[in-house]
Amino acid sequence: MSSSAISRDDVAHLASLARIDLSEDELDRLGAELPAILEHVKVVQQVAGDDVPAMSHPIPVTNVLRADEVRTGLTPEQALSGAPDAEEQRFSVPQILGEE
Amino acid sequence: MTTDVTTASAASIAEAFADGDTTSVEVTQAHLERIASVDERLNAFLHVDAEGALATAAEVDARRAAGEELPALAGVPIAVKDLINTAGQPTTAGSKMLEGWIPPYDATVVTRLRAAGLPILGKTNLDEFAMGSSNEHSAYGPARNPWDTSRIPGGSSGGSAAAVAGYEAPLALGTDTGGSIRQPGAMTGIVGVKPTYGGVSRYGVIAMASSLDQVGPMARTVLDAALLHEIVAGHDPMDSTSIERPVPPVVEAARRGDVTGLRIGVVRELGGEGFQPGVQSAFDRAVEQLAQSGAEIVEVGCPSFAHGIAAYYLVMPSEVSSNLARFDAMRYGLRTVPHQGASAEQVMAASRDAGFGDEVKRRIILGTYALSSGYYDAYYGSAQKVRTLIARDFEAAFEQVDVLVSPTAPTTAWKLGEKSDDPLSMYLEDIATIPANLAGVPGLSLPVGLAEDSGLPVGVQFLAPAMADDRLYNAAAALERLVDTPKLEEVR
Amino acid sequence: MTALVAFEDALTRYDPVMGLEVHVELNTATKMFCSCATTFGAEPNTQVCPVCLGLPGALPVVNAKGVESAIRIGLALNCEIAEWCRFARKNYFYPDMPKNFQTSQYDEPIAFDGYVDLTVPAEDGGEGETYRIEIERAHMEEDTGKSLHVGGATGRIHGASHSLLDYNRAGIPLIEIVTKTIEVPGEKAPAVARAYVNYLRDLMVALDVSDARMDQGSLRADVNLSLKPRGSDVLGTRSETKNVNSFRSVERAVRYEIGRHAGILDAGEKVVQETRHFHEADGSTSAGREKSDAEDYRYFPEPDLAPVAPSREWVEELRRTLPEPPAERRKRLQAEWGFSDLDMRDTVGAGALDLVAATIAAGTTPAAAKKWWLGELARRSNETGTEIAELGITPQQVAEIQGLIDAGRINDKLARSVFDGVLAGEGTPEEVVVSRGLEVVSDDGALSEAVDQAIADNPDVADKIRGGKVQAAGALIGAVMKQMRGQADAARVRELILEKLS
Ligand SMILES: [Mg+2]
Ligand SMILES: [Zn+2]
Repeated sequence: MSSSAISRDDVAHLASLARIDLSEDELDRLGAELPAILEHVKVVQQVAGDDVPAMSHPIPVTNVLRADEVRTGLTPEQALSGAPDAEEQRFSVPQILGEE
Repeated sequence: MTTDVTTASAASIAEAFADGDTTSVEVTQAHLERIASVDERLNAFLHVDAEGALATAAEVDARRAAGEELPALAGVPIAVKDLINTAGQPTTAGSKMLEGWIPPYDATVVTRLRAAGLPILGKTNLDEFAMGSSNEHSAYGPARNPWDTSRIPGGSSGGSAAAVAGYEAPLALGTDTGGSIRQPGAMTGIVGVKPTYGGVSRYGVIAMASSLDQVGPMARTVLDAALLHEIVAGHDPMDSTSIERPVPPVVEAARRGDVTGLRIGVVRELGGEGFQPGVQSAFDRAVEQLAQSGAEIVEVGCPSFAHGIAAYYLVMPSEVSSNLARFDAMRYGLRTVPHQGASAEQVMAASRDAGFGDEVKRRIILGTYALSSGYYDAYYGSAQKVRTLIARDFEAAFEQVDVLVSPTAPTTAWKLGEKSDDPLSMYLEDIATIPANLAGVPGLSLPVGLAEDSGLPVGVQFLAPAMADDRLYNAAAALERLVDTPKLEEVR
Repeated sequence: MTALVAFEDALTRYDPVMGLEVHVELNTATKMFCSCATTFGAEPNTQVCPVCLGLPGALPVVNAKGVESAIRIGLALNCEIAEWCRFARKNYFYPDMPKNFQTSQYDEPIAFDGYVDLTVPAEDGGEGETYRIEIERAHMEEDTGKSLHVGGATGRIHGASHSLLDYNRAGIPLIEIVTKTIEVPGEKAPAVARAYVNYLRDLMVALDVSDARMDQGSLRADVNLSLKPRGSDVLGTRSETKNVNSFRSVERAVRYEIGRHAGILDAGEKVVQETRHFHEADGSTSAGREKSDAEDYRYFPEPDLAPVAPSREWVEELRRTLPEPPAERRKRLQAEWGFSDLDMRDTVGAGALDLVAATIAAGTTPAAAKKWWLGELARRSNETGTEIAELGITPQQVAEIQGLIDAGRINDKLARSVFDGVLAGEGTPEEVVVSRGLEVVSDDGALSEAVDQAIADNPDVADKIRGGKVQAAGALIGAVMKQMRGQADAARVRELILEKLS
């Protein structure tokens, strides 16, 4: 990926990172739209100097901690209530590739 | 009570309950009837829960009849944006991805509505996963503007705005990530408030961009918004970003409405060029009225606001790309099996392609790019620095003034389809609302009449320092008395 | 596939460059970001909530105990503790990870720049050598759920038709401890790796922050290894062998990977950067996921969690709770007990250090405690293949048995029978002595009769003793003991014999 432009192949790579099976048409369209959007937003690179800290949280609080005390969660029935498929009180998913 | 109970404010409905003039069942029923008669045209609701709303209403009536002391808005019906989880009732986020999903738990704000005795009429339409400024990105068709049903109601809380403006509900909850409460408020002529970040719990609200999202009230009067604000706000231990401080005295401020001696700053960067003349003149008139009633008006420069949209359209999609990763067809939601024997990976990719709409995909891809290695510093990192600059602009401004004002949106409501081919032009609509989200400060949009050029509602936005939400209500309540609040006669 | 090179041969041409990543599952009552229980082995999906299932709308809240344990671990590893740090999201898709990102830490770990000194026992039993392992970082993160692969052979992923997911484990706090590059003489690398993981296990147990059971997965080691040609500074491509689940396997995995890498390099080929799986059965590894540019975790600070900024007061307070480091404790105990290096190594090797210490604390002499634990009980542990700590006898009971001996109520031989009874669940040592009728006979009447009988039965021996050959008394004592079926006080028997024959 070059920093100024984003190609159709780049979009395809991003789609695979984002696990979206984009169609050819969608790749074409996003390949055209994203460069325009990036062209507009890249101005952020010129705005702030090295001395400006990045803001990850709008409200400056720290150490929001919880006591280590057990609370009742969901029943297995509630947990599985939205599952596309379930078996033996577990979520059933298609075969997983690539890991042992 | 008269037959126009649906046009009454929440506060006056509550008064009528107290006086024994009507019952919650009667009022709830009237709103359900209104929904039945106009929602075909407005498409404000994705789901109506008549049974649940009436059951709550009946329970509140019984408690009242038994002489119980009830919370201020007990029995006043409300509509809830369909991004907010309601246990046992569908919550779709406006997406095919969650069609038919029924959450097993309530959002904290819903728990609070239930505790306060507000019957929940149903769930309102929105841009898919709250991504949009027009409601056209809903997977269930756009909600429409009651002032002109050929026009957008704004977004993403367009369904909530249309429901309140169209008298289907006196109150609604929306969510605001870059203006999604204030902008539809302006487009439909109602009050919409984005509280201070951390002022209202996000627990159980389907996340769009975690560092920007806030839940807030939508109503037809400033006082109604404040009454609802008070119910949903306050610390929640389930949300680590929730502020552990008392809720600002918003109701008291809304009742006060006095700008005498108040220093009000007009944001230089949010007006003039690029703003529709009818919007600009309505805004100027409102500022003039504030001055006449004793406010001190100054012009304030916030130079970094100009980069707000650029920063927003990097931070927001980055967080979106991560927050929406969980929709993968494994535990809940749509599962699309592309072919027999497809792997989990293939099912995930196919389901996410089928379940997400174009705007959602566009933002996920953009965010994935902004966070990817080699680009993080240039995009996400730089954008987060711009946030710091915007926060500094606010700080400097609030040293000079008590509140800031600007038009809420550069234009009045546009025609459905008018901007859908050009995502960037739609993004530019958020210029005035985005800085508040980036910095975490509160904002309120107040309807100030109809634009001379379009004949459609215009909103004025007030901005205040974090946890000074009460200043918004005070200033807005003062202006509310002075302006000609647009009155919708009928859905057109 | 290229041939494996023998370990010793590989080391003539290459130097290993090793790094270890150890994941420790904390023993907190609740998960890292929600209040679900963490009980091991619960029914599937019974310890879940909207947060750890990654349901839409759910938000995390940090477990204070998780942070506390992380700081204590960091301090015990001689790390700096961050004054301010954040959680980060590590984004990648995997069905056992409900949010499709792991809440972890990235460039701001809570603990960093530490070290441990560990002693690797010498093979000949002599003085071991001490190595300093530098710690890069220790950071907080969360565990994933567990998948059960159905339709393939014995739960393996290959050939499975589908998988079943249980999220009870999802969200359990993990501390990931990452070493800096460990450069030790090649022949030492496997033993050092093993000793390091062993050291961490002992440390976690001493800190009481984790069960640290490799067999249950509460301590898991990843071995990163590459080779560089002798005399070269050029680093090779590394492999990551994941989730090695015993100390011995850590050692074997290092050996195997050294041989495998050498084979590839000898053949002039390139090592592939990938994760590998270790196979217990033959000590080999096999390829897993290939790491490539596609592996882009898109880390960014977790916006849903506030930064963690442990005050220096808190850190110092936690420092005061640290147990004595295991190595120092061993040194101290060895000196206190007067054990030789060999005694100490045997004690540690048998897993009996804490047991011996507790027995001594209950009033037994170090020599006696060692005698029972390293003799009688170590033998039984070996015979039955049971961990010595799991035999079913407590240090207090061992001390009680020694107390019975010291009081003269039983002797060493009878004590073995008492051990049998206690281990068979017949009750306390006292109860076993009574129920089995094991008490020594000290009644002089009965003993005197038995001595007389023995003298009568062995006139030759008796004559020798009368003639001054006192050492011959042993034969008569043996005869008496046999007659008394062992239940006699041998010292008293000797006294009686000498009295009668003087
Ligand atoms: Mg890790
Ligand atoms: Zn949980």
